[in-house]
Amino acid sequence: MQPQSVHFKRRAAAGLADAQLQSNMRRFGGRFAAARAKVVGELDDFEGTRTAAAQARDRALANLDVWIERFEREATRRGATVLFAETGAEVARLVIELCRRHGVRKVAKSKSMLSEEASLNQRLEAAGVQAVETDLGEYILQLAGEPPSHIIAPAIHKSKEEVADLFERAHGRRRTLDIPQMTREAREVLRSHFLTADMGISGGNFLIAETGSVAVVTNEGNGRMVTTLPRVHVCITGIEKVLPTLEDLALVMRLLPRSATGQSISNYVTVATGVRGPGERDGPEHMYFILVDNGRTNLVGTDMQEMLRCIRCGACMNHCPVYQTIGGHAYGWVYPGPMGSVLTPSYIGLENALDLPHAATLCGECGVVCPVKIPLPELLRKLREKQVDRGLRPRSEVLAIRAWSWLAQRPRLYAAATRVAARCLRFLGGGRRMIRHLPFGGAWTKGRDMPAPEGRTFRELYARRRADSGQ
Amino acid sequence: MRVGLFVTCLVDLMRPRIGFAALRLLEAAGCEVVVPGTQTCCGQPGYNSGDRASARALATKMLDEFEGFEYVVAPSGSCAGMIRTHYPDLFRDEPVTLDRIRRLCAKTYELTDFLASVARLDAVPGAFDGTVTYHDSCSGLRELGVQAQPRALLARVAGLELAEMKDSTVCCGFGGTFSVKFGDVSAAMAEKKCANIAASGADAVVLGDLGCMLNIEGRLRRGGDERTRVLHVAEVLAGSESGQ
Repeated sequence: MQPQSVHFKRRAAAGLADAQLQSNMRRFGGRFAAARAKVVGELDDFEGTRTAAAQARDRALANLDVWIERFEREATRRGATVLFAETGAEVARLVIELCRRHGVRKVAKSKSMLSEEASLNQRLEAAGVQAVETDLGEYILQLAGEPPSHIIAPAIHKSKEEVADLFERAHGRRRTLDIPQMTREAREVLRSHFLTADMGISGGNFLIAETGSVAVVTNEGNGRMVTTLPRVHVCITGIEKVLPTLEDLALVMRLLPRSATGQSISNYVTVATGVRGPGERDGPEHMYFILVDNGRTNLVGTDMQEMLRCIRCGACMNHCPVYQTIGGHAYGWVYPGPMGSVLTPSYIGLENALDLPHAATLCGECGVVCPVKIPLPELLRKLREKQVDRGLRPRSEVLAIRAWSWLAQRPRLYAAATRVAARCLRFLGGGRRMIRHLPFGGAWTKGRDMPAPEGRTFRELYARRRADSGQ
Repeated sequence: MRVGLFVTCLVDLMRPRIGFAALRLLEAAGCEVVVPGTQTCCGQPGYNSGDRASARALATKMLDEFEGFEYVVAPSGSCAGMIRTHYPDLFRDEPVTLDRIRRLCAKTYELTDFLASVARLDAVPGAFDGTVTYHDSCSGLRELGVQAQPRALLARVAGLELAEMKDSTVCCGFGGTFSVKFGDVSAAMAEKKCANIAASGADAVVLGDLGCMLNIEGRLRRGGDERTRVLHVAEVLAGSESGQ
């Protein structure tokens, strides 16, 4: 996916102006958050589980190379082939090569955000291979020709009416707004794709080092179809997704569905290990893993490494008031919301996503709900510091902050300046005591008034009061 | 108890009456209150804008001005949170200063937290005839755990009734420089807050931070709501909400 994150402001404005999107977001808004709040209490010690999961992820990341090698050994021992890709383009090149090798003309895909990083569908199509998304949300977006706006609910920005229009056009059947009926319709169309696909491509929620397995978590069962039915299975995932043991998987699985959709457990948890063995009836003949860097090693061993703990649950965006107001497309790349605002600049370059670290009020809710305790607000702040250190912020902004700090270190001058400011602003407020147009503050007063000050500073009034009382 | 009152830069400039309300409450709780005359800003704007050097300079100034007090109290969860939660990060590589900073952190409180948890103020001077709803400001809530304290104190205000709004803990969209960098997004977030305030049917929204206060009041008035009052919790508790 071509990053558009430099256009965040324009895209956010478009999101705000999109009445359909706003209505869809209002309908969805808070549903996942409310569901999560309900199931958190199911665990005796949710906070303790979060701490343990964060530690488990940290253990894996501390010796990432060792665990990846272990994974490679175990997966290879079970008949799979482990490949490595440094960039998204390389992922696509490898997949196309595998398609050629195995005579693949049709690929059935379950959800993979990494394939979005790699623009895989477009690249496959250019190479003459048909790719069919089988996750319902992804399927809808493939019909619409749009990227996902949420990492686990990709089509959350679409209403059922919009989906009905897409289905009518693509399936040539009578338009219906009955959701079970629409789902059945998609199921029927997709069923034949599962059966005729030569290759299944899945993402991977986790890689298990001790068994060389991939864990795929879905609600629709399409992940299981894609990993078992076609003769070739290709799993594409980030190098950071490795967990040392199955026990670690059991631990994080207590948190993932609860944090993501507010489910105690998702409908399907597939742990796929190796190719179809002798005498086995199911499973692919060929299994490949493509482990992708695409910017991840930029974070290993740095003060941003905590971000790699991320288990892609989406809780941060479900609870982010900014995301809930502008929608996921505003963020301009694969990952939206707070985790995206940290990941995108880290993966594609600080200078290519200048607004994202600032596109947060630092309200802190993302850090509170993150199941693996990623200090998202702190990481956003660190990125802001890196921008300043590298001279990437607008000069006017840097100077304004410095000027404020310079003034605030000189109490007498500060007192004089604030005296004047209090009076001027009070004057601008007029009889309503509200400023409708703030000079140099148009961004504030475009959408709200600025309440005017009382007219005297506390400092003045306090000094006068002490003088009056003879102290 | 000898308390250093940090009135905060926004109260100093915009709403002195909140500073006096805080003063009155602390004195009602039996504190000896000192207002250091050289105080200005805690350094949060620099810290959140990625300018550590600016933030450090102002944090050092705060430390010099306030470390001598038994307690430091601010009528703001945002500024108290800056000190308690973030100052140590600014001095993480300077063990000697860090030691002093840690001692400052341990005695720094948001006003309602201090009144309810430390000073244990029983009777509040204020009275209010009507219904209020309480907006939980982000830093106070998530960095300092300020949630039950203001409500417990408000419950003691004669005549006051509390009607909780939907999503009281969701950010109002202020976010410091966020409110001007992304003015339209910020205003849209404020609008959601205003809708929840209106739906609560309260006569006033009460909160503990100036940033949220200006944001919410500005949006209410722009939207044509001239009725709903926006009050700092200190004003309501001190009974000075009708002005000086």
